[in-house]
Amino acid sequence: MLTGAFMSVSSVSPIVTSQSMPTWRQKDAEPFVRIEQINKAFGDFTAVNNVSLDIYKNELFCLLGGSGSGKSTLLRMLAGFESPTSGRIIIDGVDMSHVPPWERPVNMMFQSYALFPHLTVEANVAFGLKREGLPSREVKQRVEDILDMVQLGHLARRKPHMLSGGQRQRVALARSLVKRPKLLLLDEPLGALDKKLREETQFELMRLQDELGITFVVVTHDQEEAMTLATRIGVMNNGVIVQTAEPHEVYEYPSNRFVAEFIGNVNLFNGIVVSDERDSAAIQCDDTNGLIYLDHGISCAPNQVVNVAIRPEKMRIAREASSAENNSAEGVITEVAYMGSQSIFKVRLLSGKEVRITQPNSHRDTGERLTWDDHVYLSWDADSSVVLTS
Amino acid sequence: MKNHSLALKLSAGFGFLFLYAPIVALIIYSFNESKLVTVWGGWSLKWYVELFQNEQIMNAAWVSLKIAFISATLASVLGTLAGFVLSRMGKFRGKTMMAGWVTAPLVMPEVITGLSLLLLFVAMESMFGWPAGRGTTTIVIAHTTFCLAYVAVVVQSRLSSLDETLEEAAMDLGAKPVSLFFLITLPLISPAILSGWLLSFTLSLDDLVIASFVSGPGNSTLPMVIFSKVRLGVTPEINALATLMILVVSIAVIAAIFIMRRQSRFQNP
Repeated sequence: MLTGAFMSVSSVSPIVTSQSMPTWRQKDAEPFVRIEQINKAFGDFTAVNNVSLDIYKNELFCLLGGSGSGKSTLLRMLAGFESPTSGRIIIDGVDMSHVPPWERPVNMMFQSYALFPHLTVEANVAFGLKREGLPSREVKQRVEDILDMVQLGHLARRKPHMLSGGQRQRVALARSLVKRPKLLLLDEPLGALDKKLREETQFELMRLQDELGITFVVVTHDQEEAMTLATRIGVMNNGVIVQTAEPHEVYEYPSNRFVAEFIGNVNLFNGIVVSDERDSAAIQCDDTNGLIYLDHGISCAPNQVVNVAIRPEKMRIAREASSAENNSAEGVITEVAYMGSQSIFKVRLLSGKEVRITQPNSHRDTGERLTWDDHVYLSWDADSSVVLTS
Repeated sequence: MKNHSLALKLSAGFGFLFLYAPIVALIIYSFNESKLVTVWGGWSLKWYVELFQNEQIMNAAWVSLKIAFISATLASVLGTLAGFVLSRMGKFRGKTMMAGWVTAPLVMPEVITGLSLLLLFVAMESMFGWPAGRGTTTIVIAHTTFCLAYVAVVVQSRLSSLDETLEEAAMDLGAKPVSLFFLITLPLISPAILSGWLLSFTLSLDDLVIASFVSGPGNSTLPMVIFSKVRLGVTPEINALATLMILVVSIAVIAAIFIMRRQSRFQNP
């Protein structure tokens, strides 16, 4: 979990870096998909609660959330399988409220792949094109091209039940791409694949997206997947989008406690704001030795109770106390996990609170290694912590 | 342990003996040379030859096959529609009651089904003049009525186990409801419909009670002819006929099972 999130921060997807200024950062950019105050209720249960969201052309937008967060319902409303209780969806300038699924410029890749079991691979892929009434020569050509692209040309005449999981997934992808939709929806696209295949497919998806210029909306519960794939992530919880931001922003500057805890690991300290200037702030916390200092203002009321979030990899661990008293804590190691490239420590602070620290094993260990029951000092920088007020 | 498995084998053997010994005896005696049913006179096919020369039986067989074919087909169409409504209309008022109504003929005593249909036909004839008298038409209607229930149940269970995302995927790819039904849903449930058809066919072929109520003169089905002949004494000819019927019914039932099994394997690879 942690390694994934950690890695992906350093490898931000190429789509962001290849453009000088991503559309979603431009103030007056026209959104490609506009979701306006969408609500969806099933009986008493509100699956999607007043969600508004703009998605721009060429984005690979990830809806990230746990099960029951409403992310799949939102996706199904984009596809037209569910109609919103209130609010509307505009795709490429057209209000989709009364457009049935078969007329939307949208295709979806299903989590179960939903390949037609009675049709061959070829016929599965051709299904959508035939519905458009294209001449059979063109259908044949386009099916051939797309199957070659996903490297399944040699399996064109097989039935889905004769394919492996990875092959089925590629057929499903080909089938949803062959109609050249303006918007491609992917429901947990990598969910059923093993780890190696997943990684390959992730990069495959990113390449396709870059090549074809289709806007992707991906639903996933896997934060690692979202981090690697997305241009932006919308984190959902209880039917609400709690934060929409680029992957590194979601990780480094979570806007609230849910996001901080859902994505990667985090240590949360409860404290009271004692000073709050324009370029610094200090928080009194019972778990740490001194105050927690930040290098930026947090615009809080004085004496407000807040949570301070510090990522495990942003804390240092040592046998000796650091020179500064602030931004430090001390305690006893209760657990050590050696993971090869890094080690994870659990430390019980003097207050009794447990925190988690990860340290890269950047040197071969020659000296004495930190181990169980060692008394250790923790420290961090003023720009490492994030204050969460909600 | 070994004794245990021996006991199991013995009881299984006894069970199968109980079920199939009479049928095996019947089949063996159908090849009996002797004119007397209970006396063995050596192997012969002569009763099969006589059977095919018996015009009354051949007519009845033809009537039965015709009725079974037509009513199985009608029941498949209507039963598919009923099964479709039951599984796809969502929750509507009276759905449970409707499901009960559709399946009631499965448990209704045949005498009651037969009698009520007879009363209905008589009433209809006096009110609209149709169906005029009782015969093939009325038997077909009666058989369709109770076979429909079987088809509806089989199709409904197939539909509810069908992955709904397949239909969503078809819509997503541009299939309008009508082409969705004929290109995706129908092919996927066709094995269920086919096995429903085969079941209906055998049920119709076997039925004696309902047919007796609603048939008219000159339209006796095969089971009716057998029944009336047996009352005058069992002839070896009837044994031969029964053997052939067992053959037809077994083939149909085995085919139905085979189709369903193949389908489920195909669906969940």
